[in-house]
Amino acid sequence: MAGSLSTGAAPAAPLLAVEGLSKVYPTGKKALGGIDVMIDRPQLVAVIGSSGAGKSTFIRCINRLVEPTAGRILLNGEDIVALDRKGLRAARRRVGMIFQEYNLVERLSVMQNVLSGRLGYVGLMATLRWRFPPEDIAAAFALLDRVGLDGYHDQRADALSGGQRQRVGIARALMQRPDLLLLDEPTASLDPKTSRQIMRLVRELVAERQTPAIINIHDVALARSYADRIIGLRDGLLVFDATAGELTDEALTRIYGEEDWAPPPSEEDEDEPAAQPGKARAGLS
Amino acid sequence: MTAPSLSRAAPADWRAPSIFGGPGRRLALLALLVAYLVWSLSTLNVDTARVLAGLPRAWTILERMVPPDFTRWQILLTGMLESIQIAIAATIVGAVLAVPLGIAAAANLAPRPLYLVARGLMVVGRTFHEVIIAIFFVKLFGFGPVAGLLTLAFSSAIFLGKMLAEDIENMKPGPVEAVRATGAGFFQTFYCAVVPQVLVKTLGVLIYRLDSNLRHSTVIGIVGAGGIGQTLSASFSRYDFDFASAILLTIAALVAFGEWFSDWARRRLR
Amino acid sequence: MTAHQPTPPSVTPAPRAYPDHWERYSPRERMLQWLWTGGIALAAAWSVSALDIEWAFFADAHEQAADLIGRMWPPRWSYLPVIVQPLIETLHIATLGTLIAIVLALPVAFLAARNTTWNHGTWLVGRAILVFSRSINTVIWGLLFVAIFGPGPVAGICAVAARSVGFIAKLVAEAIEEVDAGQIEAVEATGARTLQVQAVAILPQILPVLIGTSIYRWDINVRESSVLGFVGAGGIGLLLYASINQFAWSQALVILMAILVIVIISEALSAYVRSRIV
Repeated sequence: MAGSLSTGAAPAAPLLAVEGLSKVYPTGKKALGGIDVMIDRPQLVAVIGSSGAGKSTFIRCINRLVEPTAGRILLNGEDIVALDRKGLRAARRRVGMIFQEYNLVERLSVMQNVLSGRLGYVGLMATLRWRFPPEDIAAAFALLDRVGLDGYHDQRADALSGGQRQRVGIARALMQRPDLLLLDEPTASLDPKTSRQIMRLVRELVAERQTPAIINIHDVALARSYADRIIGLRDGLLVFDATAGELTDEALTRIYGEEDWAPPPSEEDEDEPAAQPGKARAGLS
Repeated sequence: MTAPSLSRAAPADWRAPSIFGGPGRRLALLALLVAYLVWSLSTLNVDTARVLAGLPRAWTILERMVPPDFTRWQILLTGMLESIQIAIAATIVGAVLAVPLGIAAAANLAPRPLYLVARGLMVVGRTFHEVIIAIFFVKLFGFGPVAGLLTLAFSSAIFLGKMLAEDIENMKPGPVEAVRATGAGFFQTFYCAVVPQVLVKTLGVLIYRLDSNLRHSTVIGIVGAGGIGQTLSASFSRYDFDFASAILLTIAALVAFGEWFSDWARRRLR
Repeated sequence: MTAHQPTPPSVTPAPRAYPDHWERYSPRERMLQWLWTGGIALAAAWSVSALDIEWAFFADAHEQAADLIGRMWPPRWSYLPVIVQPLIETLHIATLGTLIAIVLALPVAFLAARNTTWNHGTWLVGRAILVFSRSINTVIWGLLFVAIFGPGPVAGICAVAARSVGFIAKLVAEAIEEVDAGQIEAVEATGARTLQVQAVAILPQILPVLIGTSIYRWDINVRESSVLGFVGAGGIGLLLYASINQFAWSQALVILMAILVIVIISEALSAYVRSRIV
């Protein structure tokens, strides 16, 4: 499908460059204090940090759901911060977003939710009548099949389980044929097994579609297992940026503050199976 | 209570707790009520003789009301139909006006100044009784159903707009954010994320409003704004009580039917 | 980091053709929608066409409105002392009417609740009172009571009471029907008489509903009594009607502002008291 054409083998400009991004809320709360991040190849980038470290603000600044105070965000060389409303809408089409609470429109069917990923490309009349081009509809069916929801298209979104809803959310984001995926705590409302399934799916999709993804995540073990690269935020500042394998206990202390990161001896047996395959995976990639 | 030796003996006196608080407070409330009654009844300028004359008079009126006179059913039917037409047209016009008003009065969609203007209009509009609004439209547009239509359209728009605004303010923000994040425009976001969330409830309110417009349309005729109220008012002033009772029964039947229909229709909405 | 796991060939089986057509609604649903839309359009057309709307009136409506506002402004504040007494009378009509309604509503509610009425016949009587009281607007009740008692606040009080009985009794009857049956059973099991059961097991449970509903109805009644004067049933409405008929617009504006104030205050008061009770 279309996603694979989006980038060539050797991109000239980096896919995404964030330069000096900062955000101060009207309340005076300083959420981000000058962040620089560059993503130059399709990879899964996990953003970790304690609650309130600015993870959510960071990811929402990238498609300007939150208006940045200063800095530049270059997507394929185009500065998103400088865009006017119309340009911003065009830029948002190229950035797919996946949310913690799925944020599906519950009274609409699965198909309508997936198709809403194409809203940026159809006119108002087509929206009113839910008429989308045939290739969009075929793509939607294909995506539903890909995320494992074949045959669910006429179900109403509020009839689905949490994991299924998140799959619809992923399909909606991918309908945009995005150049970049933003995932805001996509597994925080899911059980551990479903969380891993969703993370695996995201990882596969990043590889299949050659689309980079930035994912906010609380669960360090999940981040280690599935992410290619990990960014650590603390009090709105970037304190760690390296591959998942380099995330040492010392780095965790830098991100989260002082804490004994070694598994407690009494619980070693329970922790071992969960942690081990994660480490193995992180080493592989 | 204080001496430990007494603790064995069960208290012989017990009073039920009251939601009005202790016995002192209850007494105070009662005294307040009596004082209010004395004050209000003494300040009201009541023509006692006329009121006392009313009791036998009530009986005569009741006697003349039974049996109701349905022989002039054509006038009755015309008036009722006009009331129904006013109610339906006013609901539709009001609903159309309520959409922009409701959006303007939703704090999470509208810019602040627009929000304040819309909310202010709602506070003022809701305060005045339909009959007061009707008399102004009668002055502007003359006697007849147009004034009634505009009156009820105006108050429906305010009512429906307020309910819509509250629904919009209470909807989940997540889906709206998600649809906005796909690059959809304002109207697309509204249609795809806001409308599905508020539609069913709004339809319920709309049906409810049709029902209450039907009620109101029977009264605004009293100031000349069309509908059965005009006929009723005239029959009372002509001491035409058997016709008046026929009108009253018909209104009661229509309103009861309207209420039943509105309950039924709202139950059918999922 | 060196390489992403290449997509295994097994993930992409023989390419599958996906349907490229999808309809939100089935043909039947679509037809129903059209029928509804058509029905509503017909109703609208019928209503508007039969009303004989003189569209010419709309042409100069804005000028008339501007003219009206011009005549209203500035408000004639010297009129204020004259309306104080009628304003108080308006509040009295609302309050006394509501008080009478509370007293009458309680027996009606017990009559109209399925679990406390004696038999089907009494239930029907209770329901009939509810329907009739609620179906007739306060102002129309006013017409009737003015015919009986002559013009004045007594007719207004009766009108407010007559309309409010049904309103209060309906909500209280619903509360009675939702009363916890176990508690009634327990009191019945002690051998209490019906009236005792109602007083001990039911009344405490519905008292908050009764009070809350009455206060709510009171603030509606303040609004209603502001127009009762239009039919001669006392209160500020009488002066408003007279002022408008004499084209004393700046005077009418003072009255309107006064009504605005007392209605908003009573609404706020009612909301505050109800929030304290519940």
